[in-house]
Amino acid sequence: MHSFWLHHRATELCRVSQPFKRYVEIGRVALVNYGKEYGRLVVIVDVIDQNRALVDAPDMVRTQMNFKRLSLTDIKIDIKRVPKKKTLIQAMQEADVQAKWEKSSWGRKLIVQKKRAALNDFDRFKLMLAKIKRGGLIRQELAKLKKEATS
Amino acid sequence: MAPKTPRVSRNPELVRGVGKYSRSQMYHKKGLWAIKAKHGGQFPRHDPKPKPEVAAAKPPKFYPADDVKKPLTNKRKPKPTKLRASITPGTVLIILAGRFKGKRVVFLKQLPSGLLLITGPFKINGVPLRRVNQSYLIATSTKVDISGVNVEKFDDKYFGKKAEKKKKKGEGEFFEAEKEEKNVLPQEKKDDQKSVDAPLIKSIEGVPDLKTYLAARFSLKAGMKPHELVF
Repeated sequence: MHSFWLHHRATELCRVSQPFKRYVEIGRVALVNYGKEYGRLVVIVDVIDQNRALVDAPDMVRTQMNFKRLSLTDIKIDIKRVPKKKTLIQAMQEADVQAKWEKSSWGRKLIVQKKRAALNDFDRFKLMLAKIKRGGLIRQELAKLKKEATS
Repeated sequence: MAPKTPRVSRNPELVRGVGKYSRSQMYHKKGLWAIKAKHGGQFPRHDPKPKPEVAAAKPPKFYPADDVKKPLTNKRKPKPTKLRASITPGTVLIILAGRFKGKRVVFLKQLPSGLLLITGPFKINGVPLRRVNQSYLIATSTKVDISGVNVEKFDDKYFGKKAEKKKKKGEGEFFEAEKEEKNVLPQEKKDDQKSVDAPLIKSIEGVPDLKTYLAARFSLKAGMKPHELVF
C-alpha cells in the first residue's frame, strides 16, 4: 500500500506530457455526479480502497463515495489526510475554492444551466425578445460593414 | 353577561356508556328535589303554547291507485371546486384548450359554480370576460396588480344562456325568426368589459414587456419539456 503512494508521487513529479491531468489525491476537489449529493463540490480527504474515497464538504457529513460518483475538477487544496472540519473549512477559504469554481468555465456553465432551469414563463418570453433584439443589432452592424466593404 | 363556561357533566364516565352515579344519585346531585320543592311538590311544566288555528286541509281530490314512490331526500350543498394554491387573483394563466388555447390571460375571481372568471384583457389579446375551468389552465407565477378592479357584480347567472322567448308557431315567420336569432352582444356587456379592463391595462402597462407577453400565445418549442419547465 505504501509503495503505491510513492510510485504515484514519483509519476506526479516527472509529469511531462501525461494523458491524465487530474489525479485522485488528498485535497482534490470533485463534483458529485450521482446520488443524493448530486451537484455538490466535495474534497477528497482520504482514499479507502481501490474504488472508494472519503469525501467531505463544509456543510456535509463526511461520507464515503465511490470514485464513479465523483467528477474530478482542476482545483486542489493543501490539506493533510482526514483533517478536522474546522481545518478543512479554513483551507477551503484560503484556497478560495468557491470563487475559483465559479470563475472556471465548468462552474460558469453549471450556474447558467441552473439559471435557465429556473426561468419563469415570463422570463423566457423576455429572453426571447432580448435574443431577437440582439440578433437585429448584429445584422444591422453586419449590413453596415458589408456596405463599407463594397463601397 | 359572564362568559359561558362549557357544560360539564356531573356524572363522570367509568366505561363508555356507564356513569359513576345511579339515576337516583344523579337526581339528588342535580338538585331536582330542590326544584320540586320550590314549585310546591310538582316539577315545573312548560305547556306548549296554543298554536294559531290552522284551516283544516281539504281532502285531496285524487288518490293514486298504486303507491307512489317518494324519492330519497337529498340535502347535498355543492361548494365550488378547491382552487389551486398557485392561482390567486391577478395570476397570469395559460389556457390550454378551446378557442383561446395558448392565450395568456388574467385571473379575476372564482365564481360560485367553481369556474374561474378571467379576462384577456380584451384589448390586448381578444379574450373577453369569460368562465374557464381550472383543469384547462396552467398557472404561471407572474402576477398582475388587480386592486383597482371591481368584479363583485359577476356571477354564473351573468354568463348563462338567456331564456328564449316562446316562438310563435307560424310557418311564414320561420325564416324571419331565424334572422333575428343572431346573437348581438348587448352594450351592457361591452361596457362591463371596458370597466374591468381599464384599471387592469393601466397596471399591466406599468410592467415592461407584460403587454406584449399577454398578447403573445404560448406554444411548446423544440427542447421544451413541460414536466421540467417552471411556469
